[in-house]
Amino acid sequence: MTTINVSRARSIELAQERRQRRHVPLWGRVRRHAVAYLFLAGAIVCFGFFSWYPIVRETVMSFQKTNFAGDTTWVGLKNFTHIRHDPEFWTAWRASIEFSLLALVFGYAVPFVTAIILNELRHVRGYFRLLVYLPVMMPPAAAAFLWKWFYDPGDGLFNTVLRDLHLPTSQWLQSTHTAMLSLVFFSTWINMGSGTLIYLASLQNIPGELYEAAELEGAGLFRKIWHITIPQTRLILSLLLMLQIVATMQVFLEPFILSGGGPQGKTTTVVYLIYEYAFHFNNYGSAAALGLILLVILAGFGGAYVWLSRRGDER
Amino acid sequence: MAQFDAPTRTLISHAQISRGHGRIIYWIVLGFFLVVFTLIFIFPLYWMATGGLKSAQEVIQSPPTWFPHVLKWSNYADAWRHLKLARLLLNTTIYAGGALVFQLVFDVAAAYALSKLRPVFGNIVLFLMLATLMIPATVLALPTFLTVFNLPLLHINLTNSPWAIWLPSVANGFNIFLLKRFFDSIPEELLSAAAIDGAGPLRTLWSIVLPISRPILGVVSIFAVVAVWKDFLWPLLVLNNPAKQTVNIGLYQLQQGAPQDVFTAALFIASIPMIVFFLIFQRNIMAGLTSGGLKG
Repeated sequence: MTTINVSRARSIELAQERRQRRHVPLWGRVRRHAVAYLFLAGAIVCFGFFSWYPIVRETVMSFQKTNFAGDTTWVGLKNFTHIRHDPEFWTAWRASIEFSLLALVFGYAVPFVTAIILNELRHVRGYFRLLVYLPVMMPPAAAAFLWKWFYDPGDGLFNTVLRDLHLPTSQWLQSTHTAMLSLVFFSTWINMGSGTLIYLASLQNIPGELYEAAELEGAGLFRKIWHITIPQTRLILSLLLMLQIVATMQVFLEPFILSGGGPQGKTTTVVYLIYEYAFHFNNYGSAAALGLILLVILAGFGGAYVWLSRRGDER
Repeated sequence: MAQFDAPTRTLISHAQISRGHGRIIYWIVLGFFLVVFTLIFIFPLYWMATGGLKSAQEVIQSPPTWFPHVLKWSNYADAWRHLKLARLLLNTTIYAGGALVFQLVFDVAAAYALSKLRPVFGNIVLFLMLATLMIPATVLALPTFLTVFNLPLLHINLTNSPWAIWLPSVANGFNIFLLKRFFDSIPEELLSAAAIDGAGPLRTLWSIVLPISRPILGVVSIFAVVAVWKDFLWPLLVLNNPAKQTVNIGLYQLQQGAPQDVFTAALFIASIPMIVFFLIFQRNIMAGLTSGGLKG
């Protein structure tokens, strides 16, 4: 009975509101919207020039040939066929995917494991948090040059330590076998702080009773991690997984500074190749075509993630 | 920060590590990680700082020395003077400060309009802004660079000017997302009360919405500053005049000519401002990262 009354009262209220709104003179309504768009103007102009228009331009450019003077001619799919026949095209995709996969093995697992360990430590926690986040706050170029020096096969720090420990040394960035791995080590070191802190915060939100209940049933350490820690942090784990894949598929700074795309083009990633097409060969059409392929793949991947997580929420 | 330090029950119970065997193992594990983490994260900084103090021969000597034989402080002076680090640091600070101001003004105003003023087609504008989050930034670098080089309609070239950093930084869908979500949580009654008192939208924003929104404004500000300090590809494209470059690009250009000892000193100097910034705003940065940053 009461619910019906409440809903009736609400509907009367709404009807009144609607009538009132209709009584607002046209000029007043126009003014209200105009004021709102005045607030939006700055952002709309910036998005328009530096985000929306470039998206359109990227798409258009990939079907055009552009010369220095800015003249453009439509070339259909020529840019795409051109890059597909470039041997670097496939090696670049292989390099990006290899970087992404290696970064998953190291860069994705390391912060989570670190967070689990740090969460168990009961002393100097502030110091640990400070440490892991320190590299995140370094200018990446400074950190990369430092590591380039560490990786030097002759007087680099890593080989020095290995020699002192009588372990085999490595050519690091200069060998086709270890170059990519070296990039991933650096990337993990400089980026792991954010992931670790985000995981730490989500570990803190796991109700302690769950662990107590599991212990009563005799679960050991690893079973507790597998059956409680991971399921409880599932959402943040999957979000960071998606963000990391999207970020690592766009890797540029690491190969650009550390390895220069070498040795033998082994670390020339997709974004690196886009940069080379555009600024070494002034071939904007090919750069745009390759960029568009990457854009479609990553936007599709991100869209699929959003769609899947929405569906997961509804269930 | 309280959420970190709250005495929660974790994987291993308190009782387990406070007696006998558990206690010994705990202290061994703690000591182990203390040493390993310090080595991994502090030692590189030590190597950089002391590398900048070594002489030109000592710094490339193999095997390297763990501590400089002679402290060559002049490296730091040389780096500061000849490599124009002051210029680079000042440039980056100006770019970061401007980006912060423009993002706060334009993105806050836009998010407020989308959340509270709700104009016609507001949802479409919001969708278009959030959709840019799906677009990889590195792919857009080329068309955006060409746009900045010759701005459509206006035909001005923004490269080598601060505007090339400031204005594109406003086109940040994540800011709009964070701010709008926060503004959505502000109760409507608070705003209608202000409206009854005769406050216009600008006044409401200034004296009611902004004071409540301080936490989220802090998060957006920190992200804005850090993003400019860390960005590489974009400033590499739009700032080719050495007098206008940021720290990252300046270091990249310097690396070709400078001797290793002076260059290492330069790396260390270049790292200091952000690390100091981090030590000062540590709490805000970490809280922003975990609470404001990723809960969407």
